[in-house]
Amino acid sequence: MDLSYGSEYDLFREEVRSFIREFKDKQPKADDGIKSQAMRDWQSLLVQHGYHSRTIPEAYGGFGAEPDIIKSRIIAEEFGAQRVHRGFNGQGVTMLTPVLLEMGTEEQKKTFIEPTIRAEMIWCQGYSEPGAGSDLASLTTKAELDGDDWVVNGQKIWTSTAHHADWIFCLVRTEPEAPKHLGISFLLFRMDTPGIEIRPLVDMTGDANFNEVFFTDVRVPKTQIVGERGQGWQVANAILGHERGSLATPDAALNRLNGVKRLMREESINGAPIMDNPIFRDRLMKLEGRALAMQYNDMRLLSAKINKNQDVRLAAMIVKLAGTELRHEIECLGIDVMGEIGLSYGDNPHLRGHGSWQYQYMFYLGLIIGGGTSQIQKNIISERGLDMPKEPKIPLKVAQAAPDGASREA
Amino acid sequence: MDFGLSQDQRLLDESLRKFLTSEVPLDSVRKLAAGESSDASVWQGLASMGLAGVLIPEAYGGAQLGMLDAVAIAEALGYAACPGPFMSTAVMASYYLEQAGATDPLAAMAAGTYRVGIAFSDAIGTRKGHIVEVDSALSGQSLFALDAEADAYLIGLGDGRVFMIEASEVVRTPLTTVDVTRSVCELTLNDTPACLVSSDPELLKQTLYRGRAIQAADTLGAAQYMLDEAVAYALERKQFNRVIGSFQAVKHMCAEMASQLEPCRAFVWYAGHAFDEAADEAALTACHAKAHLAEVGQFVAKTSTEVHGGMGFTDLVGLHYWFKRIGFNRQLLGSPEAVRQEAAVLDELRRP
Ligand SMILES: Cc1cc2nc3c(=O)[nH]c(=O)nc-3n(C[C@H](O)[C@H](O)[C@H](O)COP(=O)(O)OP(=O)(O)OC[C@H]3O[C@@H](n4cnc5c(N)ncnc54)[C@H](O)[C@@H]3O)c2cc1C
Repeated sequence: MDLSYGSEYDLFREEVRSFIREFKDKQPKADDGIKSQAMRDWQSLLVQHGYHSRTIPEAYGGFGAEPDIIKSRIIAEEFGAQRVHRGFNGQGVTMLTPVLLEMGTEEQKKTFIEPTIRAEMIWCQGYSEPGAGSDLASLTTKAELDGDDWVVNGQKIWTSTAHHADWIFCLVRTEPEAPKHLGISFLLFRMDTPGIEIRPLVDMTGDANFNEVFFTDVRVPKTQIVGERGQGWQVANAILGHERGSLATPDAALNRLNGVKRLMREESINGAPIMDNPIFRDRLMKLEGRALAMQYNDMRLLSAKINKNQDVRLAAMIVKLAGTELRHEIECLGIDVMGEIGLSYGDNPHLRGHGSWQYQYMFYLGLIIGGGTSQIQKNIISERGLDMPKEPKIPLKVAQAAPDGASREA
Repeated sequence: MDFGLSQDQRLLDESLRKFLTSEVPLDSVRKLAAGESSDASVWQGLASMGLAGVLIPEAYGGAQLGMLDAVAIAEALGYAACPGPFMSTAVMASYYLEQAGATDPLAAMAAGTYRVGIAFSDAIGTRKGHIVEVDSALSGQSLFALDAEADAYLIGLGDGRVFMIEASEVVRTPLTTVDVTRSVCELTLNDTPACLVSSDPELLKQTLYRGRAIQAADTLGAAQYMLDEAVAYALERKQFNRVIGSFQAVKHMCAEMASQLEPCRAFVWYAGHAFDEAADEAALTACHAKAHLAEVGQFVAKTSTEVHGGMGFTDLVGLHYWFKRIGFNRQLLGSPEAVRQEAAVLDELRRP
């Protein structure tokens, strides 16, 4: 075990610190939206200094640094410690960019990556459909070739940020005759293309963070496909890997735990700070133990990227499940320590932390479901991590017979 | 940067696991349970691999390794439900005596021929009948001393002082606990002269934290064994013409165990490493690791037993030895609640 970063990194840490000192005031405020100038300026500043899109080649607008997980770690540590905005990390940045780097054409990389990482081109992810959630490969939105265009028809649902998005990366069925995993293609197209209708869906937080998106004869240039026709499933899976890892970082969990600690020191009931309540303290320490386990697990995963001397497949596979469930419980404790104050929401003048506790408590339930539900994660862990048998495939006829039988009963 | 075990640590782990597989099979645990054997020969075997002197300086014939090595060893011992006084004599007593400058017993301890037990229950929480000192003589009872065959004991008092006493000077009553793989006794002292080793309460605490890190590692190993057994059994046992491991309920039980347990490996390594390289974090990390593993261990112990159905509940597969070892670790050196309370204090969340 060698956790020293080495003295050559001291200089780098100093660099990050002085950047934060100098530019901290320029970071976007809580109410600066993802399309605000403040966000874009901040994003540019981060990219320019290598604190965002650090390893993306300069040719595609990134900073072009060699991958160095220790430097990445130092950036995360310093930004985290000072609670400085990490920049815009929408689905285009976290999911599409890695995939384009891996599977995109040179032209696609040149066209899309730079504006994406500069937050000038906002993307949404068009995967889920009303009939295709966990069973994503059964999606039915279709695209047919007509001259030099794909013509897209169908419907997506739960499409986060579609209402802000300039572009969509979208899974469509292009080979209706092929087995379901082999008939899908991965298209990129503008959200202002004629034939797209977006209907916001209000979620339990009260916000309309996601949408239904309808496609009627949407024409997409034939070249705007990533990978080959019918390869969309592989492309999508490459992205899902990136998505899962980023949904629940231990750093964020520990930050929120520190937030709970602050609350417990500041709030008092009957003249005693909540921190003096042994039951809440016990819950707090329990969660801190779990969060630390996730943090060291994360360090192990990072280290395994440099030294390929240990098998960390299982350690990586459990992150989405354990991390989102943990985060949900941390937010829950934040609410509980406040007692009745904890039920405040919206414009209630007694809100603590701008109402973030109730909001995040719900938001993280969304992340437990989104990106592959906890149950689907358990399927993956047991099948790929523990080599247990796959779900038996039930013949279509038998599967469809069940609901009929039920309705006959009724 | 390398977060993991070194080449040497891996090699040691490999040869230790080989030894444990051949020398400490389930049958030997059963014999021990039936009182047909003692842990003496196993301990000699472990000593010949250098385990008894893992922390003891080379000058006294020890291996002079660190706590990361010690937790890696403890994990392997837990996996095998291996009997023997590793935590008490090889980690806690060795560390305490060396730090206190009481180096006389170290050479024999490293050779595995002299065991120093740990009687710290008064330091965990004093109860009625606890040990009191008058003019360097001790009276009272120390419960749950480890182990019942030690040659001498370090007796920790509530005020943080630690005395050493030869086993022949005390009345020693073996105590039955839920876990037959560890031997435990009660010491009764009656105005018995004892030798003060150190009155530094911090040294006692540091020793206790090391014990807690070892227990976390032991539980990690034992729980990993129970998870491995659950998966193996699920792939073998058939019901409704299918292996039970193809039922989603069973798969999800196993996935949940893996999801909770796998991050604990990195946690336990870090807890060991902190003693060697990040001293200011060591106490807090050890307390957290001990409490967290107590919870995860309990979950895995229960769930693995359930995956085995009735078989898990019987003596036939012997799974219960691991279940009980995990339960023993949960209570010893402080229950999870007590240890988390200490963690909160260490975290400066609430002054004592
Ligand atoms: C906050 C949020 C944001 C999202 N953002 C996007 C987005 O931007 N783009 C996008 O494409 N999608 C998005 N989604 C959709 C998300 O990926 C799906 O909701 C998710 O994959 C689950 O699909 P479903 O909602 O159809 O649930 P279903 O698949 O119908 O699942 C319902 C229940 O059945 C269980 N279940 C289903 N299959 C199995 C199985 N094989 N074994 C065991 N249990 C099973 C599930 O675990 C769940 O409990 C988002 C969802 C949320 C909540």
